[in-house]
Amino acid sequence: MKSAIVKSLLGVSLSVAVLCASAVLNAQQNKPWEQIPTPKLHEFKPQQPKRIQLKNGIVVFLQEDHELPFVSGSVLIPSGSRDEDAAKTGLVELYGQAWRTSGTAKMNGDALDDLLESKAAHIETGAGEDSTSVSWDSLKADADQVFSLALDLFLHPKFSAEKLSLAQQAISAGIVRRNDDEDGIAGRESAKLVYGPNSPYTRQPELATIGAVTVKDLEAWHQRTIGGKLIVSISGDFDPAAMEAKLRAAFEGLPAVKAEPARHETFPGPKPGVAFIDKEDVNQSNIQIVGLGTDRHNPDVPTLAVMNEILGGGFASRLFQKVRTEQGLAYEVGGGLGFGYDHPAAFRVVALTKSASTVDATKSALAEIAGLTSRPFTEEELARAKDNILNSFLFRYDTRDKVLAERVRLEFYGYPADYLETFRAALEKVTVDGLNAAAKKYIHPDKLAVLVVGNGPEIKPSLDELKLGPVTPVDITIPMPGAKPGAGEKK
Amino acid sequence: MQRRVFYWFLSGFLATAMAGASAGAQDLKSFEQRITTKVLPNGLTLVICERPDAPVFSFSTFIDAGDVNDPSGQSGLAHMFEHLAFKGTSQIGTKDYAAEKVALENVEVANNAYEAEYLKAVGRDEKKLADLKAAVKAAETAAHQFVVPNQFTDVAERNGASGVNAYTALDETVYFWSMPENRLELWAWLESGRLSDAVPREFYKERDVVLEERRMRTDSDPQGRLVEQFLATAYVAHNYGRSGIGWPSEVSQITATEAMDFHKKYYVGSNIVVAVVGDVKASEALPLLEKYFSRVPAGPKPEEMTTVEPKQFAEKTVIVRDATQPMYLEGYHRPDYRDPDDAVYDAISDILSNGRVSRLYRSLVRDKQIAVEVSGFSPFPGDKYPGLYCFYAIPAQDHTTAEIRDAIHAEIEKLKSADVSDDELAMFKTRTRADLLRGLADNQGLANTLAEYQTRFGDWRELFRQLDKVDKVTKPDIRRVANQVFQSSNRTSAWVETVAPAATAQKDGGAQ
Repeated sequence: MKSAIVKSLLGVSLSVAVLCASAVLNAQQNKPWEQIPTPKLHEFKPQQPKRIQLKNGIVVFLQEDHELPFVSGSVLIPSGSRDEDAAKTGLVELYGQAWRTSGTAKMNGDALDDLLESKAAHIETGAGEDSTSVSWDSLKADADQVFSLALDLFLHPKFSAEKLSLAQQAISAGIVRRNDDEDGIAGRESAKLVYGPNSPYTRQPELATIGAVTVKDLEAWHQRTIGGKLIVSISGDFDPAAMEAKLRAAFEGLPAVKAEPARHETFPGPKPGVAFIDKEDVNQSNIQIVGLGTDRHNPDVPTLAVMNEILGGGFASRLFQKVRTEQGLAYEVGGGLGFGYDHPAAFRVVALTKSASTVDATKSALAEIAGLTSRPFTEEELARAKDNILNSFLFRYDTRDKVLAERVRLEFYGYPADYLETFRAALEKVTVDGLNAAAKKYIHPDKLAVLVVGNGPEIKPSLDELKLGPVTPVDITIPMPGAKPGAGEKK
Repeated sequence: MQRRVFYWFLSGFLATAMAGASAGAQDLKSFEQRITTKVLPNGLTLVICERPDAPVFSFSTFIDAGDVNDPSGQSGLAHMFEHLAFKGTSQIGTKDYAAEKVALENVEVANNAYEAEYLKAVGRDEKKLADLKAAVKAAETAAHQFVVPNQFTDVAERNGASGVNAYTALDETVYFWSMPENRLELWAWLESGRLSDAVPREFYKERDVVLEERRMRTDSDPQGRLVEQFLATAYVAHNYGRSGIGWPSEVSQITATEAMDFHKKYYVGSNIVVAVVGDVKASEALPLLEKYFSRVPAGPKPEEMTTVEPKQFAEKTVIVRDATQPMYLEGYHRPDYRDPDDAVYDAISDILSNGRVSRLYRSLVRDKQIAVEVSGFSPFPGDKYPGLYCFYAIPAQDHTTAEIRDAIHAEIEKLKSADVSDDELAMFKTRTRADLLRGLADNQGLANTLAEYQTRFGDWRELFRQLDKVDKVTKPDIRRVANQVFQSSNRTSAWVETVAPAATAQKDGGAQ
């Protein structure tokens, strides 16, 4: 920490010198806050969890924390919605719900609810893009019993048609409502512009694909995935030796884990241009400017993280300063180039503005993006961005749960355990030249797509004024099974 | 900047805002040893909780004033001031405060002239109005040249501030962030500065930003629109019925002078609690915090409002015909948080609505399969004054809000006519205790809670003592309270009826 502080002080005083030299008006007479001493930060070594690799390849993390009398745990299972059959899109989401609500042969989901809630304990199953999970937590006194129940659920679920049907209803309600939420539409449809409408990362469940899922599908998914490289993590108030023995007994007898096949995906990025979705019951436009980002294996990521901070990170970022503070055009504005762990995330800049200022706000945001390559970064911007990121860096590991979650994440995606330290060291080395080079390499305004969700008749001047080519309307009609095309569909 | 408007709705199974309760004498004792409280001569209360696990701290500055205190015709004022509190002081955010002060006064003069012309009922001169508007812009530009934009937040963020934010609720305004512990003094300088030395910098541009916030949260959100109409109908006298973020015509005419008047009246020591939780030693931190926070002006605790919502005697309904999917909301007036039955309401919420074991979930979602989400929660929209006990539900596809309403009423009747089970009551008490304990593990959450309890009860210990009240809740209490409150004459219900898009075309006429 100390070196960062010294650097930050140097950075500030340097910027003062530059300002004084350049313009009298820019000079602030004194900066009383700079007189306030910054003592040396208290010594801090975040407690790393104990990592144990079982003979079959399963990895276990134990993170002790005796502050409160609770124990929590989870089993993380590779494979998620991106791996499901497109004709059954939504299968994994259904699985994540019905697994827990169904319960096991010994105890069905409802009985499990009664027992756990009487102890203020929880067992939940979940599903995401690249993984599913079972997690649990309870008071220390109930930890053994709750662990046994969670393990039983993990190993011996009994999927029920009734609970699958309940999950189908819940997801269906979400499908027919998905066009009510402007922000939801904007996020979803802009992602489709980046990855394509049928990509495993953006395809959406429909009533037909949800309806196609059967109990057999859930069972097959379960059998296929629980043999993957599991990561088991436990945190809280437990005895580590006893816990390790218990986990070995539970998991070491399972077959050797099967490695996930390598992914072969291509990401062409969006087709440039303007897309528009008309929503008559709003008075504010949701503007999304999107492109393709990168992944964290890319050595330029630390530089890009600093660039993001300058573009749309905090209060002092270029986008916030311009569009919100200076122009008063938006409450919400920001964004940057995203980095995923195992595939490229999106480049995304978002601004929400009243219908009438849609074109102005879009132009402003586009100008700030283009400005990354045309308005060279300054030493002052670099120093500020580094201060912002490095001085708040310890909030990435200031609790034991955060340290554990980070280690699990790194293990899951195959990154070294010291990733954060390496990342931090690389951040400190970012230079203005590096930023300018990265902007040239990664920021291509001509390759970005613009999506506006808003109230068409209110948007004046119209989106044609952006002069980015013809405006393409996007049809977001929700397909209703059994309905004739064009009739009975939900808009 | 963020507002805690309707966060109750974000999650189906969320506990209510005041559902905290105690964890027994041992835990209170351990907290007694770690918490230091001090009331400064200006009336401001400091609460310091030592939790030295990592070299960081979080703070919560809790102002006992929110949008419920906005004067008539100035709805949204407390929130406008909250935004202003990020704009700096006479010492930060300015290149030359003496000159800027004069320029800001000119902005007010110009704006007053513009407003006077704008509000003329008869004989408004449009040409003159345009000139006056241009004069306001010119005055703003003149003032802007002295501004160092966002310097206050910039200094905070450069020094490692994380989660820099604030919210304005109807009852209170709360500022918060987390920082490395070696920035404690810098934070004290920044925070006490904006409490005592606010400057109406860039006010009118920020007003545009707040109008965008309204468009996002209320106008362009079907739930936001429904809730605003619901509250405006449920209340006839009390400010809980008024739009918290403000009616557009009023927010758009709030002046910097009005915001500064609000600050002068409500941002006085006796109306502020500051809680700090983390790697701080009270013995070292107190003298330092005392030095800085003594700058906050002393002043009498602002007078309490006289308005009491009269007893409702007419059942009310609101139907929003909208091109969105149906939702259902109903509410019954209940007493404020100081009521001896406060914990009974929490018991009702827990039994009706907490998780998959709850009565509403099992009846409406699992068994009847007419809803996909349902909850009962209170108090809403605030707790300081008598709020509402609310029910909210999302119907399953092809089911109606009428079915939802009837099923909720059936559950209410059960609560009124038969005792809850021993298991249900025991579960409520167990879960409340565990939830309180879980909440103690987070610096920011704990700081907010301590500041809130210190403000609302005059003693943070009430957070733990509430368990005594929870433990005393009986089965007859629940029946009694249910019969008292859940009466049709005390009810306001609101729902969305889905109509085709074209039919709503005229409803926006004149809205802006």
